[in-house]
Amino acid sequence: MNSSPEESAKCEVSFIVNGEARKAFVHPMERLLDVLRNELGLTGAKEGCGEGECGSCSVLLDGLLVNSCLVPVAQATGASIITIEGISAHALMKPLQEAFLECGGAQCGICTPGMILAAVQLLEKKPEPALADIREGLAGNLCRCTGYMQIFEAVARATRQRAAK
Amino acid sequence: MTVSHIVGAAVARKEGRDKVTGAARYVDDMVLPGMIYGATVRSSVARGKIKKISFGSSVDWNEFVVVSAKDIPGKNCIALILDDQPCLAAEAVNHAEEPILLLAHPERHKLRKAVEAVSIEYEALPSIHTIEESEQKSAVIWGTDNTFKSYLVEKGDVDSVWKEAAHIVEGEYFTGAQEQLYIENNGVIAAFDEENGVTVWGSLQCPYYVHKALMVLCGLPDNKVRVVQMETGGAFGGKEEYPSMIAAHAALLARKSGKPVKIVYDRMEDMAATTKRHPSRTRHRTAVDRDGKILGGEIEFTIDGGAYATLSSVVLSRGTIHAGGPYYWPSARIRAKAVATNTPPHGAFRGFGAPQSLFAMERHMDRIAQVVGISPVEIRRRNFLKPGQATTTEQIIRENIHLDRLLDRALELSDYDAKKKRFAKENKTATRKKGIGIAAFLHGAGFTGSGERYLNSLVGVEASADGNVRVLVSSAEFGQGTNTVLCQIAAEALGLPYEDVAIARPDTTVVPNSGPTVASRTAMIVGKLVQSAAKGIQQTLAKRGVLKDDYTPEQFRAACREYVAAHGTLKSYARYGASGDVYWDDDKYRGEAYAAFAWAVYVAEVTVDLTAYSVTVDDFVALQEVGKVINPVLAAGQITGGVAQAIGFALYEKVVWQNGRMINNQMTNYIMPTSADLPPIRVFFEELGNVHGAHGAKGIGELPMDGPAPAIVNAVEDAIGVGFDSIPLLPEDLFEVLRDESLEKDVSSPMRGLA
Repeated sequence: MNSSPEESAKCEVSFIVNGEARKAFVHPMERLLDVLRNELGLTGAKEGCGEGECGSCSVLLDGLLVNSCLVPVAQATGASIITIEGISAHALMKPLQEAFLECGGAQCGICTPGMILAAVQLLEKKPEPALADIREGLAGNLCRCTGYMQIFEAVARATRQRAAK
Repeated sequence: MTVSHIVGAAVARKEGRDKVTGAARYVDDMVLPGMIYGATVRSSVARGKIKKISFGSSVDWNEFVVVSAKDIPGKNCIALILDDQPCLAAEAVNHAEEPILLLAHPERHKLRKAVEAVSIEYEALPSIHTIEESEQKSAVIWGTDNTFKSYLVEKGDVDSVWKEAAHIVEGEYFTGAQEQLYIENNGVIAAFDEENGVTVWGSLQCPYYVHKALMVLCGLPDNKVRVVQMETGGAFGGKEEYPSMIAAHAALLARKSGKPVKIVYDRMEDMAATTKRHPSRTRHRTAVDRDGKILGGEIEFTIDGGAYATLSSVVLSRGTIHAGGPYYWPSARIRAKAVATNTPPHGAFRGFGAPQSLFAMERHMDRIAQVVGISPVEIRRRNFLKPGQATTTEQIIRENIHLDRLLDRALELSDYDAKKKRFAKENKTATRKKGIGIAAFLHGAGFTGSGERYLNSLVGVEASADGNVRVLVSSAEFGQGTNTVLCQIAAEALGLPYEDVAIARPDTTVVPNSGPTVASRTAMIVGKLVQSAAKGIQQTLAKRGVLKDDYTPEQFRAACREYVAAHGTLKSYARYGASGDVYWDDDKYRGEAYAAFAWAVYVAEVTVDLTAYSVTVDDFVALQEVGKVINPVLAAGQITGGVAQAIGFALYEKVVWQNGRMINNQMTNYIMPTSADLPPIRVFFEELGNVHGAHGAKGIGELPMDGPAPAIVNAVEDAIGVGFDSIPLLPEDLFEVLRDESLEKDVSSPMRGLA
């Protein structure tokens, strides 16, 4: 659940979201997840557990994968944030989205935005990951539908396609 | 007509693009003008009388809408089967977390403090929390004997087999509660006005279950209740019956406040208050001959239903019918019952009773093999059901299924024989011991017995003036692929490209009641109806003379245009009709339990680490016969996901109870498998076909939940020579049994009866 921001304590925060300068007038301790969803209308990041276990609220904060349910918005001031909606904000986003679609990497879809962002981060760190790297790189993002097999396949496919270019 | 092969093709998921781009709209992504937020005040005791409710002075209650049982305009129950579960407890509570009051406020964050500021005084009553306590009747909490439902299945004369038996093998097996743990928690939005009645948007599996519950609760006619399914972030049975409860709560708050109300649970509330898989106890007593052939047996299957009847009778039914596994029983007596305890009601979860009774059956087969002195492979081979033989409910197997061949293929795919030998040799000196185990099983598709006849499902297909086809069903998509496979079936039937067929969002004002999205019935039963409704469109156009036998998609569009211009709309409906040979006797529990079964043999390979007391699954082969595979990528996804969930059921997921309350209700301490925990899950299909399903499809979604747990525990026994009969099997459970054993000395000596 939300913290208890008092109206009087609200302040303006600004950041770059998916390549665009955005502002919000919020309590500094408000969760980044709530600001993205409620103030900026970016509902791709989901709340699954509210305690950093499931990863469905994952976004990239200055290039680092974070659970946006654990980040007070004050900490994101001035940062560059990439969410699942930022299709053109990162070169790896679209190929991964396509690979998830083709391989059956998304079933119910609720973990998918976070999972794709975790995969973006993984491929950025390790452009040609082995299966063990994929398993480890995605271990902070829970999926209850797929048993992960199709997700591994999607990441491997995106990797191959990238290498072929 | 163009020859199309859309059925059987790996077309992309219909709503997949929205899901991978984050555009898919789940209920918490939706905001209505003037919307406020709801929360639930729940019981803190397992059983008691409500003496006094007081509202603390730290909160300005004028800002809040407060709803109690007195505000219910219709009947205070969640209508389902027996209607025994109240929507809000009025005088007494029967389980912890039972809803008592509802609060709503425009600011979401003010609700938690308000819930905490309500204090409720109870007169505590004695409570019961296990199957054994319920049976002892130290407190009678439901009916006259704490029993929701019992069944008796009798086949042949089991009483006469004991004297001719070479061996009588007994065993007792337990399975624990399991949380569905969909990643999207339960949530709804409700709106109310006098003219339109109540509208609910929610994360749910069965729009018409919610529809019925709201009619009874609000005392409204069917045209004054509208239920819309939003994109649903996982369900697994956990959104079969529970959404009626949360929808009822939001509807009451919306009615009282005059504003749309959103209730979305957080994870802790969802885990503590909503349904889980029924804990079970199964006792087997089996007579076998010298060669290991089953002569007959008694099975006693008992499940813990929690505080209210809800779906326990039907969960029990499926568990009972599956209790004998895929084996031939010349005689059998199965006594089954669902009992009441003071825990939140247990409910639907993928497999629906079958994973519980099949865990017992498949562990017991390994036990019988040991007693007889033959291998786990051989005991199964000698007892498999064959075409023409009858199940425990006297259902004759008409399908041309040869389980021995399925078994052979599974052994080959898993390299079973070579591994079994190698592990036995290497284990003698290893502290990380390896084992391999098998499970053979079946899963009935569709509602049990006469269930489909009662459901009487209706499906529609419509074509617009521009020739776009839309499937109209209440069958919901929650990841399993409903949207995609039903569009594939309609496209194939009409000879149209997959892209030309869409599916309507389930909305009770738009779609007919095609039944609940449960019981592995969608591809088989609803699919078949979609096929005939689609054919109806074709026939209507042909009859009017606007469409030839052989047509292109363009000609189909032109025909639709012509027809709609002349007649307004083009819709075709198909209703379920039971085929004549499906006979079921509800009283004797005898007959054709299911129109079709899916069959499977799974093989698990494990490592048991005797220093860490951990079990790791290293390889998993899932081979199944499921009739026609309509979409190979989606079908494989059902199997891998189900196997993963069942590995959790076997090795990780333990609900810790304290006085009827789940105390590890967080993802931090209730552990589901991550991407780092799972073995390669290798999926193989055989496709025999089936006359009752669309293109020969059978059910698939629940099957993979049934077999992994016994295969894994059988593999653990193969590795260390110690059998466990209770799951989940966590390191602490292994430790407790193994700490006194000097396993290093001789791994081949069996140490029975320790679990």
